[in-house]
Amino acid sequence: MTSPLKTPDTDPRGWFERRLPVMSLLRREYVAFPMPRNLNALWSFGAFLIVTMVFMVASGLFLAINYTPDITQAFASVEAIDRQIPSGWFIRSLHMGGVTMLFACLYIHIGRSLWYGSYKAPRELLWLTGLGLMLMVMVTAFAGYVLPWGQMSYWGATVILNAVHAIPLIGQPLSELLLGGDTLGNVALHRLFVLHFTMAFAILAAIALHVAALHVVKSNNPSGIDPVSPSQTLPFHPYYTSRDGFALCLFLMVYAGLVFFLPDLLTLADNYVQANPLVTPRDIRPEWYFAPFYAILRAVPSRLGGLLLASGSLAVLFVLPWLDRSAVRPATRRPMVRLSLPLAFAAFILLGIAGMHAPTPAWLLASRVAMAWWFIHFLLVMPLASEREMSS
Amino acid sequence: MTHWPRNFLLATSLTVLPAAASTPAQRGLMVFQQVCSACHGLEHVDYGDMSSLGLSTDEIRKWAADQQLPNGTDDNGDPKTRPATATDPILSPYPNEAVGRLANHGLLPPDLSRLALTLPGGAGEIRQILLSYAPAPAGVKLDEGRYYNTALKWKHIGMPPPLQDGMLTYPDGTQATPAQMAGDVSAFLDWVAHPHQAERRRIGIYVLAYLALMALLTFLLQRRIWKGRR
Repeated sequence: MTSPLKTPDTDPRGWFERRLPVMSLLRREYVAFPMPRNLNALWSFGAFLIVTMVFMVASGLFLAINYTPDITQAFASVEAIDRQIPSGWFIRSLHMGGVTMLFACLYIHIGRSLWYGSYKAPRELLWLTGLGLMLMVMVTAFAGYVLPWGQMSYWGATVILNAVHAIPLIGQPLSELLLGGDTLGNVALHRLFVLHFTMAFAILAAIALHVAALHVVKSNNPSGIDPVSPSQTLPFHPYYTSRDGFALCLFLMVYAGLVFFLPDLLTLADNYVQANPLVTPRDIRPEWYFAPFYAILRAVPSRLGGLLLASGSLAVLFVLPWLDRSAVRPATRRPMVRLSLPLAFAAFILLGIAGMHAPTPAWLLASRVAMAWWFIHFLLVMPLASEREMSS
Repeated sequence: MTHWPRNFLLATSLTVLPAAASTPAQRGLMVFQQVCSACHGLEHVDYGDMSSLGLSTDEIRKWAADQQLPNGTDDNGDPKTRPATATDPILSPYPNEAVGRLANHGLLPPDLSRLALTLPGGAGEIRQILLSYAPAPAGVKLDEGRYYNTALKWKHIGMPPPLQDGMLTYPDGTQATPAQMAGDVSAFLDWVAHPHQAERRRIGIYVLAYLALMALLTFLLQRRIWKGRR
């Protein structure tokens, strides 16, 4: 095929190409883009995440059209979406199911990067933009969960805003900025609505940054050795478009299963009781995706300490590329990491389960053990393992 | 207190029945109309929402028109009312919380819109409560306006036993025993608490079937594309 750049101006493709080379960019980055040949199914989760985000923004726009960010009307407007707005129940389920799918894919996507060492040079910025995205999604999910103004919205937000308040120096001004007053009320609901809505588009922009970084450093692969010759790669299209297409169908089947058959799994029944500042629910439980961090908050007797350790559990991920200095990427080829990392994954899951149970001594102990292992893995095992591998 | 057109006791007259009540949820609507609605509302549910339970537009209009809603004040400042329409919510008979408490020994009858979802145990628990009234055992002294009920943790409830044998007549001939009515009304409240559930499942089956077909096709496509490449 001749390059569109060489065609005369009468050819619209050439005319367009010389002014805005979008078509050649798409061809270069999404058709001919070289991909390792040996990627497994775990590499499809990034595609799932982008698709879910598109669902979230699209359904979110329709929800926002029908939602009233006012404490006297928010709950009723969400009920109206569920009951009276045509197809409102579907749009809302899509949005609620999307959160679960988003976090599930996010955690698996991050777990894959940890297992195959995708955070190592030269992919540190890819890793950091990804973690930044995770934080943005968490803030957005928190703000979004307050909007229906149910009991869990109100009391969950109260717990989080109290925790924010406990941060030294910036905590008080930050929580005041979110609350806009002394208590969680109308001003706060307006602010959280704007935060939720704005963050959605900020996330889209950050995804663009993340994908741009990916296209510079290219995909890691299960062997951890970057392809050196063209024979070790395949073009993105049609090989990975067809594969991701198939994986997406399976992914959407799980998503649809949640939306159409298990909608009650997506939320806590208490959130269908309108927020009442005078009645504290028997136990304030977070949504499953925040449960691991909630378990850490509760496992530490001091409020500030809990906050530091909960945020520290994420902070260790940010510095991981510098804690783990070994050049070997996949855990499969690192005896110590191969044992320690699955335990860290198990610790994360255990924290999640503990976070959804009442804080009995047994669950508190389990949380503390799991939390300890999470930090031991990242702060001790990873540097030690890299030390040993470097010297041998 | 302003006169409130709906009787605080049992609003047994003038309720519109579905032409041929047949499903438990439809019979449960009758129980709600004739019994529960004397004290409880479904404030997030519109009269028109009953169309998906099988009520015709005329039945809905007639039922709504029999209910009066507050409608501002007249030129003398006296409160006015108007008949409800299909797009109005099924409000509690009490104009406000204070009146509701005044009429019920200080307890407010809860709104039933999501009760079958938020009550631990769901619709089954509603049925259980309705059927667990008993005479208070000797030695148990209950406050005025409290009724002995074994389904609750504290063994008492503020709602007087609402269901009596034969208090209503089902047009489909079903015997209106308390057990029958309790089962029917809990089925109705379950339907109310899970809006669009039948439609949700029906569409879900088509969506899953479509995605399964697409999964099969894309699987075959990617296998063909990848043939000889691994």
